[in-house]
Amino acid sequence: MSTSEPPPSHGSSASSSPHGAGALLELRKVTKTFGPVRALTDVDLSITPGGVTALIGDNGAGKSSLIKTVSGLWAPDGGEILWEGKPVHLHGPRDAEALGITTIYQDLALCDNLDIVQNMFLGHEPLRSHLLDEATMETTARATLKELSVTTVRSIRQPVASLSGGQRQSVAVAKAVMSQAQLVIMDEPTAALGVAQTTMVLELIKTLSSRGVAVMLISHNLNDVFEVADRIAVLYLGRLVVSAPASEFDRQSAVEYMTTGAAGRQSPAQSAA
Amino acid sequence: MPPDEEETVAETRGTTDTPAESRPSTAVTDDPTAAVLSDTELITVAPDVLAQSLGEYFAAWGRRIRNGESGALPIVVGLIAIVIFFQVEQSTFLSSSNLVNLFVEAAAYILFGAAEIWVLLLSEIDLSVGYVAGVGAFVIAELIAPPVGLPWWLGILGGLVVCGFLGWVQGTLITRLGLPSFIVTLGGLLGFEGVMLEIANIDKSAVGGVMSISSNSPVYNLVNANMSATLGWIALVVVIAVFAAVTLVGTARRRARGLSTGPMSVTILRIVVTAIGGFVIVLICNFNRGNLTTLEGVPWVIPFILLIILGYSFYLSRTRAGRYIYAIGANPEAARRAGINVARIRTLGFVMCSVTAGLAGLAYASRQGSISTDIDGGNLVLFGVAAAVIGGTSLFGGKGKMLHALLGGIVIAAVFNGLALMGVNAAIQDMATAVVLIAAVTLDSLVRRRATAR
Repeated sequence: MSTSEPPPSHGSSASSSPHGAGALLELRKVTKTFGPVRALTDVDLSITPGGVTALIGDNGAGKSSLIKTVSGLWAPDGGEILWEGKPVHLHGPRDAEALGITTIYQDLALCDNLDIVQNMFLGHEPLRSHLLDEATMETTARATLKELSVTTVRSIRQPVASLSGGQRQSVAVAKAVMSQAQLVIMDEPTAALGVAQTTMVLELIKTLSSRGVAVMLISHNLNDVFEVADRIAVLYLGRLVVSAPASEFDRQSAVEYMTTGAAGRQSPAQSAA
Repeated sequence: MPPDEEETVAETRGTTDTPAESRPSTAVTDDPTAAVLSDTELITVAPDVLAQSLGEYFAAWGRRIRNGESGALPIVVGLIAIVIFFQVEQSTFLSSSNLVNLFVEAAAYILFGAAEIWVLLLSEIDLSVGYVAGVGAFVIAELIAPPVGLPWWLGILGGLVVCGFLGWVQGTLITRLGLPSFIVTLGGLLGFEGVMLEIANIDKSAVGGVMSISSNSPVYNLVNANMSATLGWIALVVVIAVFAAVTLVGTARRRARGLSTGPMSVTILRIVVTAIGGFVIVLICNFNRGNLTTLEGVPWVIPFILLIILGYSFYLSRTRAGRYIYAIGANPEAARRAGINVARIRTLGFVMCSVTAGLAGLAYASRQGSISTDIDGGNLVLFGVAAAVIGGTSLFGGKGKMLHALLGGIVIAAVFNGLALMGVNAAIQDMATAVVLIAAVTLDSLVRRRATAR
């Protein structure tokens, strides 16, 4: 990691202004190319602590490229990434994690054969005289799940294989919370879920946000987006065509931005320009 | 993904049942929600996670068995069937001398099974263990024999280090270069036989490719000497007392801290069953099974095997590396994202596999009183894999326990032993063994298919 500063403490000086100072994460003219293909072109985006930003766009619009860049998997070819106002260079997922950026991919990265506690601590198990400290793990995991109001699991010692989709998502989120994440990126968290499960995940996102954790939500489902997002950012062919408070969008304009890159009618100010 | 109605059910439960969550380990004893649990939960969750009383424990157990999550049960039932069959055919099968013989015979199969479990858990395979064992046994035999004449424990250590090195080489090729373990260890299967033959060639004292082991050496005595009857009983009492104390105190402490535990009655039951098992084994071994002279006591190899299995189980369940082995076997990508050094842990698995193969070689050579280049490393590997799989370890990674090697190894030894006792010829022995192996795996697979078809 090439920041000169130690990782900033949780919930530092951050105002809620949507741009510039006070932003938790800010992208300036971020560009990513693969040979002649421009996956991302001059993307400007800022994310505030505790805000829920929905990133929407058609297939191939660059949503995945953007997540991969922010989560440290890909280095951008141009532009700057600022974390709490300071430029950072992410050389891998570990750098991003050290800053407090956790990405929850669609496949959730859970081990089916391990139980909830074991999954939540995977890779970060506390030890007591060189042995796994199960008691601490279990207590902490239980407290975290309770904080997130995840109460549907029968026992936190049951293997993840026995959980429903929404419960698995909860475990993945709890894992992120426990690692002191300040920005949680969720890739299509509700894609495979039923109605009740989706509600559960959306509630979870609201809980995260109320705890001051920023959420970047990638979703195809506009219902979900309008339900939880404070801001909506639309990607179209690798460009961020608009980023504005969710209240300035309606379903119609959101779809137009996604499919044509512009709104036909008068709609939110082109604040991303 | 379970169907939606189950999820909805889980939701409703969550909203109505919040208070129970604050005292999770004591919640839901005669709670109607027990009926509301999703099928997946009921079947895949180990009984002691959910049950709060002995009755519930058995109910949960029965439910799992009916749904195909049978665990070690089919193999235990199979073993009983095999024992009954052989006892009916040959009344000496259950004699104490034959049973002790059977345990001793099982030792090598158990250790080869344990070796394979290290890599099977990682969703890999090691075909070279038979000849790694051969190399290990030759190195041990050479080191303790006159020209070198090291003390026995240094000799064993030397052999195991060599085996560990062979495992490290294979593991490094597999993990760092991304080569398939099947091919690399197939190379090992061929190559290490060559290494073993070369050791025998170089040492002129290995006449006809046989290195004998002095009958005074503890290496020889591992299998061929017994604890005194008294020592056997004392050891049993100590072991059971320690086991009981540790589990009872552990359970009580976890209860006190509000952590999830199975019912105390289950813990007690477990201790009682272990004590009875130990008692029976010591009793069998302490019968005088000699004809002319007194021959009694527990062969040293039995506590040796139990100690290894216990140590491995402890390592797998209580250390980070052990947990990572399970994680990598189930989902290497998740393990990688969790920051686990996947290559290092996988290499460790191959090293442990080869070291265990070395221990198997030790038990094998001790039983023969020598090590010969005739050792059939190709077959021994297959018995190792068979022991692990018969015992219940998955070939696809992430599922299995060291205990499975113990069960599987005893089944294989029982089949060989029983058939030999019946005096059938080698051809029939091979065919019958094959049938038992296939039957065991088929039974398991059928039961599981029934589970997934629901």
